[in-house]
Amino acid sequence: MRDKIQIGYGQGFWGDSILGPIRLVDEGPLDYLALDYLAEVTMSIMQKLKSRNPDAGYATDFVRMLDRTMEQIADKGVRVIANAGGVNPDACLNAVLELARKKGVKGLKVGIVEGDDILARVPELLAAGHDMKNMDDGRPLTDVQDTLLSANAYIGAFSVAECLAKGAQIVICGRVTDPALVGGPMVHEFGWQPTDYDKLAASTVAGHIGECGAQCTGGNYTRWRDVEDFVRIGYPVIEATPDGTFTVTKHEGTGGLLTRDTVVSQLLYEMGDPNNYLGPDCAADFTSAKIEEVGPSRVQISGVKGGPPTDTYKVSLSYQNGYKATGQLTIAGPDAVEKAKLCADIVWGRLAFDGCAFAEDEKMVEFVGAGVTHAGILESNDPPEVVLRMGVKCADKARVNRFGSELVPLVTSGPPGVTGFAGGRPKATDIVGYWPALLDKDQVKTRVRVEES
Amino acid sequence: MAKVKLKEFAMARSGDKGDGSNVGVFVTNAADYEVIKRELTVDRVKQHFHDICFGEVVRYEAPNMLALNFLLRDSLGGGGSESLKTDAQGKVHGLGLLEIEIER
Repeated sequence: MRDKIQIGYGQGFWGDSILGPIRLVDEGPLDYLALDYLAEVTMSIMQKLKSRNPDAGYATDFVRMLDRTMEQIADKGVRVIANAGGVNPDACLNAVLELARKKGVKGLKVGIVEGDDILARVPELLAAGHDMKNMDDGRPLTDVQDTLLSANAYIGAFSVAECLAKGAQIVICGRVTDPALVGGPMVHEFGWQPTDYDKLAASTVAGHIGECGAQCTGGNYTRWRDVEDFVRIGYPVIEATPDGTFTVTKHEGTGGLLTRDTVVSQLLYEMGDPNNYLGPDCAADFTSAKIEEVGPSRVQISGVKGGPPTDTYKVSLSYQNGYKATGQLTIAGPDAVEKAKLCADIVWGRLAFDGCAFAEDEKMVEFVGAGVTHAGILESNDPPEVVLRMGVKCADKARVNRFGSELVPLVTSGPPGVTGFAGGRPKATDIVGYWPALLDKDQVKTRVRVEES
Repeated sequence: MAKVKLKEFAMARSGDKGDGSNVGVFVTNAADYEVIKRELTVDRVKQHFHDICFGEVVRYEAPNMLALNFLLRDSLGGGGSESLKTDAQGKVHGLGLLEIEIER
């Protein structure tokens, strides 16, 4: 058994910079590279792509990243774990193998973890009494069954470890939890068992710290003036050890800032009850972690306690929930806010005049620059200009598009100072509703498969 | 004791949790932790976010991080992809909390 492994976390979400993984592989030692490509609504987008093209439905960014790093990854022996498979891990596997063949990289083992996608099985699961009611409001899934877009269970670290044990250098998953992307290598390397709750909880804390990439190394940090060289901000490297103690660090010479405070900042991100952070492998107590600076750009976490997981998986479902459109204009002063308010009234009035009135809960108006993001806290009554941002949402696509055509006319038929209308008419886009639920664990069976280039 | 803005000595981070946000706030010494535990009551935080949070406020303590974690329910205009608001994920609610004035 190795006494230490180094796991880099180079991708915090679908759309994160490609420089994260590229630099992690290039700029220092690394055993594993963890990459998160999925957000809650990403799966629904991928299901739509797959319905139009059976070879789509995964994170193509991942293949583009490998196009720039595959030779180096193969040479250095870095093992990559990514939830880039989306709703089509098989197609992602084929794309990666095809890339390896094109590049002449031989003997690269690529594996997939499948079984999280339960969309096709929803009718049979409901029929068998698994009601998957909405965790937030208790509604039965049958309310939205006809408009479901995706349904995936959050898989844990042991399926990732199984794929690594079969020799995969690149592990492509669907909906695994973000912490499982780093927990998988720890379970695999250190031989942790499903009842090693404290260690699994430590891996959960490690994964939570890393899962947003540079957000633990100076990104989005309150004291941003203390952060050096945002351009070359270092991405986190987790140095894990067999007893669960780990150190968060970053490669030498990289920018950013890594201190106890930047790590605590990220520990608090998207936190619910810190005493009881539920995952598929354990319940982690984030308040038990001892957090210490043990050197420059080195923060050690020890003593993490955990308990057994529940007997259910969290399931993330999404469904079509109507349409929305937003658009914006810039209103120059003098009297920018007052004129922007008049503009909004004109738009709603003209829509109503034409038989297209919107209800209060379907409408949105913001005066960006006058105090929108800190409404009621920090506001300005007379800024030199404001951005008038308006939006609607409802079930009727035609009404949403009617709104979109009534914004730009303000330039010639409203008060003076209306400008910034580039981008044309806002168009209706789908609203994807998010539906969190629970499902008995024995209803989900994962499978792993490994192929070689 | 004097009135000071929380941003003078505390840090924060926020993000989305369903149709609400979480705001984590922390300080760097034990004395200040007592201050924020005393001053940042659920009622005070709810009042501070009166134009943003329209649901319940829940508070958790994490003494190992010298931190408090607040859940602001119904604060995103629908949350996730349903919201039309600029800050649909509550990314800047943390900076909003740091503007609060408290006795220290």
